[in-house]
Amino acid sequence: MALRNGVREILSIIKEKSLVREAWDKIFPLAKFACSLHVIHKYLGLIVLTYGPSMLPTLSLTGDLVLAERISTRFGLVGPGDIVVVRSPQNPRIVVTKRLIGLEGDSVTYVVEPGKSDRSETIVVPKGHIWVEGDNIYVSNDSRKFGPVPYGLLQGKIFWRIWPPKDFGSLRRNSTKDPIFDKGLPSA
Amino acid sequence: MGTQNILWSYSKKIFTCGLIGLTISDRYASLAAVRGASMSPTFNPSTSSLLDDYVLVEKLCLSTYKFSHGDVVVFSSPQNHKERHIKRIIGLPGDWVGIRHSSDVFRVPQGHCWVEGDNPASSMDSNTFGPVPLGLVQGRVTHIVWPPQRLGAVEKRVPEGRVSSL
Repeated sequence: MALRNGVREILSIIKEKSLVREAWDKIFPLAKFACSLHVIHKYLGLIVLTYGPSMLPTLSLTGDLVLAERISTRFGLVGPGDIVVVRSPQNPRIVVTKRLIGLEGDSVTYVVEPGKSDRSETIVVPKGHIWVEGDNIYVSNDSRKFGPVPYGLLQGKIFWRIWPPKDFGSLRRNSTKDPIFDKGLPSA
Repeated sequence: MGTQNILWSYSKKIFTCGLIGLTISDRYASLAAVRGASMSPTFNPSTSSLLDDYVLVEKLCLSTYKFSHGDVVVFSSPQNHKERHIKRIIGLPGDWVGIRHSSDVFRVPQGHCWVEGDNPASSMDSNTFGPVPLGLVQGRVTHIVWPPQRLGAVEKRVPEGRVSSL
């Protein structure tokens, strides 16, 4: 009797083990998939939904879906004119899309109050920082307001637009020459 | 052919382990070595460089970016993004912090924090480079894991009379 009970117990343990095994076999590929997604998102690139008026006319008001890559920011291959994704220095939970204007050591001239006066100021971007501005200088919360941004807050460089489909294509440097941005530079 | 198969399966396994390891260290927790004496006596109390402390860095706080006074955090330096520093948060947004060796008070701006080392004698901290954006924080130090005789949690500590939240 005792022997029979023992055998039954062992059988049930084996059955349980195979159940665990089965569950593991199902969960493990899922976990692996999630890990791959994380690594791609963290080290290669990401999809960003941009909206708001600050990057008009390059990116639309209602929402564009764009691809950003993290490789060039990691290796310092970004330069003035690139559209970048930056973690906001005022709120760490959000990221903002701006155009990179100057790297450390560059001197940047900007209009302090566009639309109100022509007063412009020039500053030298400090060590380890970058200067970012929106293309629509009239409605943009950028370095003109919160100052230079540490390079470490740079999240990626936007290189391709996937939505809306009529604008599908590359967003490289100088691919869009916008008149508002030119006006921001000193003329005298 | 046989050895090729073995090699292939091995490299697949290593790749999978790498993926899982990277994910855990990015999202949940990782280990970091403490260099320098800026956080002594909490970390590296003796000055011998051979015995660096190793600490456990928790990453779950990055989903909300909520920190409290006295937390020890790892952040990338505002002056050089490749360097990482370990310091203690003294002031959070809206606090007034008294600057060391001067009578000035400074208001910590929105989305920033004021960090200082525990060793005022040799620390490169917010007294030198100003407030640090919270977005640069990469994790919160919770435990010392090496050397074993000092294994244990890192306690929160707020220096008296430096901060007022008025």
